Amino acid sequence: MSALGKIAPWIILAILLAVAPLVFTSGTSRTMLSIMALSIIFALSYNMLLGQTGLLSFGHAVYYGLGGFVAIHAMNTVIRNKYAIPLPVIPLIGGAAGLFFGIVFGSVSTRRAGTVFSMISLGLGELVASSALILRTFFGGEEGITTNRSRLAPFFGYKFGPQIEVYYLIACWCFVCILLMYAITRTPFGRMCNAVRENPERAEFVGYSARMVRFIAFSLAGLFAGIAGGLAALNFEIMNTQSIGAVQSGLVLLMTFVGGAGVFFGPIIGAVLITFLQITLSDVTGAWQLYFGLMFILVVMYSPGGIAGWLALHEPLYRGRQLGRLIPAYLINAVPLVVMIVGGILLIELADWILVKAETEGPGMSVFGIVMNSNSIVPWIIAIILFFGGAFALRATWPRVQDAWGVALARLREQPA
Amino acid sequence: MTALSLQNVTKSFGQMEIIRGVTLDVPEGERHAVIGPNGAGKSTLFNLISGRFPVSSGSIRLEDQEISGLKSYEINRRGLSRSFQVTNIFPRLSVYENIRCAVLWSLGYKYSFWRGVNGLADARERSEDIMERIGLAARRRDQAGVLTYAEQRALEIGITIAGGARVILLDEPMAGMSRSETEHAVALVRKMTEGKTLLMVEHDMGVVFGIADRISVLVYGKIIASDTPQAIRENAAVKEAYLGEAAH
Repeated sequence: MSALGKIAPWIILAILLAVAPLVFTSGTSRTMLSIMALSIIFALSYNMLLGQTGLLSFGHAVYYGLGGFVAIHAMNTVIRNKYAIPLPVIPLIGGAAGLFFGIVFGSVSTRRAGTVFSMISLGLGELVASSALILRTFFGGEEGITTNRSRLAPFFGYKFGPQIEVYYLIACWCFVCILLMYAITRTPFGRMCNAVRENPERAEFVGYSARMVRFIAFSLAGLFAGIAGGLAALNFEIMNTQSIGAVQSGLVLLMTFVGGAGVFFGPIIGAVLITFLQITLSDVTGAWQLYFGLMFILVVMYSPGGIAGWLALHEPLYRGRQLGRLIPAYLINAVPLVVMIVGGILLIELADWILVKAETEGPGMSVFGIVMNSNSIVPWIIAIILFFGGAFALRATWPRVQDAWGVALARLREQPA
Repeated sequence: MTALSLQNVTKSFGQMEIIRGVTLDVPEGERHAVIGPNGAGKSTLFNLISGRFPVSSGSIRLEDQEISGLKSYEINRRGLSRSFQVTNIFPRLSVYENIRCAVLWSLGYKYSFWRGVNGLADARERSEDIMERIGLAARRRDQAGVLTYAEQRALEIGITIAGGARVILLDEPMAGMSRSETEHAVALVRKMTEGKTLLMVEHDMGVVFGIADRISVLVYGKIIASDTPQAIRENAAVKEAYLGEAAH
């Protein structure tokens, strides 16, 4: 690959990060973009464990949360003592905290891989989360710890009061962290992480301690999660115990898995998508967590490689100019798929309305802007017809996708190497 | 000089003693085969030497250094490498990555996460050389898991010798191969272990007698004979315990 080909994705990424808040100019959009950028760091740090080293952690939010709490205390200390430390340095303090706790907890949890590691990570996560409610001085109880980022020393005249300034600060850290985490995958250590993921026993018989590889990966993942936590602290100006709990750990797992753990850029897709859905869906429907759960189950069942894994499947076809053979089959399948999804959404919304809201708000509701009565049987029948009709039609049209893949792969094999 | 020396090595699992006081010296540069009936403890012996299991008692010395009690990666770093009876590779990594992972430690790159792996000319050259020698250069980009069985066995031998170990343990390298594949594999083992000390477990007597300078016969966890192939053929105890008519 030419030098330009190697740096082109990084230039595009930098441009995307720079241009995004100029395209999406509302306050909500810029807040969302800031959360997306710090979530990308968090999800990629998680993937250093899951995707790169094969460690399924249920407690990664510990390092994000502790990084955030240490960062927010550091900010308050800086403000109190009027130290000349500007805001852009604060994520480093979060990172140092994440690294420290990664080393401390990693020395215990990385002794074993597989289920044992997962259970220890779950236990440590619960331990820290429950300790957080007891250690009120440090964690601030249920209210959490607050700060005011604009009271830190200015950085080249910037006080980071407006969201746009904070966004660019987070975006810069996001760019640097993505670059560093990508670079790590391309080092001897990064390759041995993959080797340990594939076959830890074999890795030991080529001179590497699988435990040491896991430990270093865990510590580095803690470092980057801590940076993400530090960015969260300066973005939200508040840290509370939710940020170190199981829900946050589940969220980063969801981002990574839905995006795709097997491809480096997968968690980036996952972080952007899940953050977008989390913020927008929670405004639209009360059943948003149910949608998240369904999405996770469907990805696990039908595309275990996540969105990026599914996209990566198409790469050889794209290179061999065979991708066009799939498009007609995909388009034909998209119609029943959309019908089925619409039917499913309608069913969930009707059920949610009847079970949760009808008692206080009455039977009248609206889905996709269409007003309907949840007590009437008509919308239910329409929803069932759409869902099952779509499902049966999808089953009938799905062989077209399989056939198209078969033809495309056969043509690909016929091509000279 | 003795490359590998075992003195009164024993191994018990619970009440059951699998290895019962094995003493064995393998001089530097020798090709030594360990044979014995199923369940004799051959693979267990390999697991003890390579650090996969700890010994119950006794001493194992690699080039005059005690290695019993060390972890498998520590033993590998001291110059002993092994292959496995069941193919043991990195299945979802490419052939090239498999070999490169096996050369990194010996070239001193250890756990470094501050330099690019693709720029390491020595690692690339050694990996290319190994792939050439094991006949898998044309398949360098393929996932190891999709190789044929014989190719995977060749890759496993490549991984085993890639780190430059001076003592090589091969556990049934020809197991499951056809006659023509075995002939190819024998030539490969000869080529790849030239100048090294080889300790090999193998069931194919044609292979054993064709490759080995010396043969030890392990029966129920004890070595009952250790001698040249010719002497082993003529050893009455061995004939009775193991070879039977196959030796004639």
